[in-house]
Amino acid sequence: MEFTLRTFIFYGFALTTIASALVVVTVRNIVHAAFSLMVTLFGVAGLYVFLQADFLAATQVIVYVGGILVLILFGVMMTSGRLEMRIHIERGQLLLGGVVALALLMLLLTVIANTPAWKNLTDDGTELPPTTERIGELILNGPFLLPFEVVSVLLLVALIGATLISRKEVRDE
Amino acid sequence: MTLQHYLVISAILFTLGIFAVLTRRNAISILMGIELILNSCNLNFAAFARFMTPPEDISGQIIAIFGIVLAAAEAAVFLAIILAIYREFGSIRPDEVDTLKG
Repeated sequence: MEFTLRTFIFYGFALTTIASALVVVTVRNIVHAAFSLMVTLFGVAGLYVFLQADFLAATQVIVYVGGILVLILFGVMMTSGRLEMRIHIERGQLLLGGVVALALLMLLLTVIANTPAWKNLTDDGTELPPTTERIGELILNGPFLLPFEVVSVLLLVALIGATLISRKEVRDE
Repeated sequence: MTLQHYLVISAILFTLGIFAVLTRRNAISILMGIELILNSCNLNFAAFARFMTPPEDISGQIIAIFGIVLAAAEAAVFLAIILAIYREFGSIRPDEVDTLKG
């Protein structure tokens, strides 16, 4: 593969994503982990751009970075006192979890390297048209209308459930 | 860039998420691990949609968008449960919440 600016930026995004994800799972301070997760999510959004999924990249930034990450930070604020800020890790668990995770990674990499159908599929760099219009067509006027409605009801149920679970219980005895 | 590049990145993200879920003793860190896993999954959907189907077929991207919606719903419910647990137990370490343990 020739070394162009495009591949350089791709590897930059890939390394940023993986390195910050590594920080997320290893750093002791939970706030640092949350901000590192933000870098990971931005990196994944960049990879979506490389896959020419522009709408998906925008959604990733808006929903994950703007929504879920803020939610996580609120969760940290409301549940972690000074003592809980540092994540407690036990050494035996670290060893066992590391072994399991490494074995899983080896398995996945073996499968990825040895599946014939996935070989030699190179991005030829052709520019595809923007996806937003087609996604709108497919969701609101196509085969994904029913899943879209179901998922919106699910989101409503989840939000009502979340408010119900997290509110203070009023006991009238 | 080949399909395998994206699959390898996604496999690494997935493994790191599993590692976080297995080793972290803080519910919010476990949530972060789950978010990593979901992200790797969505990345796989988008990559397969780009490489394995004709370019005008973007169903994989729509599935990834549904995945993002599900992740948002999951995070909201997760944090609500964490808040309730914190109010009840005064801690969000999963191994201290063992009332149902026999």
